[in-house]
Amino acid sequence: MRYAFSVRIGPIGFRIGSDWRAPIAELQSLYRDYPKPHDGVPDFTVRLFARRPWRRLIRPSVEIGGDYMLPEAAPLPLRQGLLAAEMAMNLQMALGARRYLLLHASAVERDGRALLMTGISGAGKSTLATLLAVKGWRFMGDEFALLDPATGLIHAFPRLISLKNEAIAAAEAAWPTARMGPLMPATPKGDIRHMVPDARAIAAMDVPATPALLVFPRYGFEAETRPVPPAEAFVRMTQASTNYVALGEAGFRSLTGLIADVPSVAIDYPDGASAIEQVEALWSAL
Amino acid sequence: MVRPVNDAHILARALADPASIVGLDWDGWTALLTMARAEQLIGTLAMRLDGLPMPDSVKAILADARAAAEHGRRAALWEAEMARRALSAVDCPVILLKGTAFVAAGLSAGQGRSIGDLDILVPRVSLDAVEAALLAAGWEWVKPDPYDDVYYRRWMHELPPLIHRDRDRMIDVHHTILPLTARITPDAAALIDGSMALENGLRTLSPNGMLVHAAAHLFADGDLAGGLRNLWDIRCLVDDFGMDGLDAEAQSHGLCQEVGRSLRVIDALFGNGKPTGIDRFYIRRITARDGWGRPTRPLTRLAFYVRSHWLRMPPAMLARHLWTKWRKA
Repeated sequence: MRYAFSVRIGPIGFRIGSDWRAPIAELQSLYRDYPKPHDGVPDFTVRLFARRPWRRLIRPSVEIGGDYMLPEAAPLPLRQGLLAAEMAMNLQMALGARRYLLLHASAVERDGRALLMTGISGAGKSTLATLLAVKGWRFMGDEFALLDPATGLIHAFPRLISLKNEAIAAAEAAWPTARMGPLMPATPKGDIRHMVPDARAIAAMDVPATPALLVFPRYGFEAETRPVPPAEAFVRMTQASTNYVALGEAGFRSLTGLIADVPSVAIDYPDGASAIEQVEALWSAL
Repeated sequence: MVRPVNDAHILARALADPASIVGLDWDGWTALLTMARAEQLIGTLAMRLDGLPMPDSVKAILADARAAAEHGRRAALWEAEMARRALSAVDCPVILLKGTAFVAAGLSAGQGRSIGDLDILVPRVSLDAVEAALLAAGWEWVKPDPYDDVYYRRWMHELPPLIHRDRDRMIDVHHTILPLTARITPDAAALIDGSMALENGLRTLSPNGMLVHAAAHLFADGDLAGGLRNLWDIRCLVDDFGMDGLDAEAQSHGLCQEVGRSLRVIDALFGNGKPTGIDRFYIRRITARDGWGRPTRPLTRLAFYVRSHWLRMPPAMLARHLWTKWRKA
């Protein structure tokens, strides 16, 4: 394609091709400290393209394509090209990944052990992972945690942190030195701004961690912590995994193993500071 | 000289002659894997290249593809078993078609093959009973549109597609192998009579029946989308069974031209044959894929798209059909 960029995020290599320069230039800048795919061969190809040749220039509209596609994926305006690229990369993972069980969760690590946080959009996955990273945890990812069926370890997938709406200001305040992508107002998911994970997260992205705690955070409630029964945790995680069904028996074994080995806890929290306190308390009680 | 890969010949060559991948550079591998995914041949490629020297990253990607194909095989066989149970009370032969048949019969065409829907063939007289039994066992209509429904039932070679409400898998119930509106009318009864029983009571077409069906599906119906995969099926079937009696079988269904073309095209793509005449145009369409996985040659594609409608129905009917579809769109 006219413009192209390759990057490796954790164990997964991507190749992104584009009909426009702008999204590739943004990716190059934001992912400048990341390595290239192993051997130069990416796991997945992503394409950002104009449906018709004139749509490259006139009201440019970015279609999302690649190895794996959803027929109903709506195009985005060119100023949201970076978002299109990130969505397309996530889509390859969600539909195509087979080496790992994908958990829709953010992950941070301390002392070689991983804390997983999962929940619906708006539960605070990205925000909490960012706040914990500020407190000295190693950031492993805010979208997918990769559970290796062979070892039971969690592999990092520290892509750009996708901050939405009020989370943007919260993260900027918590981490004023972080490099940020362009602010994209009024996208289909609200205002979005991408933040580059810290240098340590990138440097250590090939180091896996043993899962130690699974948290189901919920923002906007009085502080409360309660255990989640294993059966409920299992069912919620089957729904939070994009490739649980596709992995078949391996997916079932990995997930039941995780739930059996790791305590599952629901956390309601009114604000970030409170959530950090609750998480730290749970962690030190492990 | 390095130039971008803009044609799927390298994929055909890698399938037919796995040793041809030795010496592929990183960009070559990337193009090959991307094309294979786009043509739904990544699992097949992974089986063909298993054990050859290659970069570790490629090895990992192909190992994933093999695991996915194995899971797909198991799921397809389970879906066939579900249909067998649902139809056990209907007194008619149930013949597996395409991918599910290949894996059920353990044929080389099934190795690594991606399998989507379950395709079965039943006698036309049993169609109502089969439909009722499937509906009773949890299958539901995918697109309950009255025009489409009537169109399928009156003119197509299959029922409107059904999907199972729990397993989310589609079944296509055929009563013959080409639309009733096509100019060719294969002898469905002879295909069913010639079918062979599997251990579990389900059936597959005879080897020549499979070949004739694959050729009809590719060259007498549709716009050649996924053509490379279909041709690989045909190549494997010829490899497994040879061609004894194939001419006579093709003749009995009026499909000599399609079968002949299939054999010439597989020889050109997977062997040493030199394509001539109109065959070259078919090959142009079948290999219209670049190293980014993009469809190429839009005019060729459009020509085959138009042709697919032309094959499907007589002109007046086509005009009426397109008019109805256009008004509804």
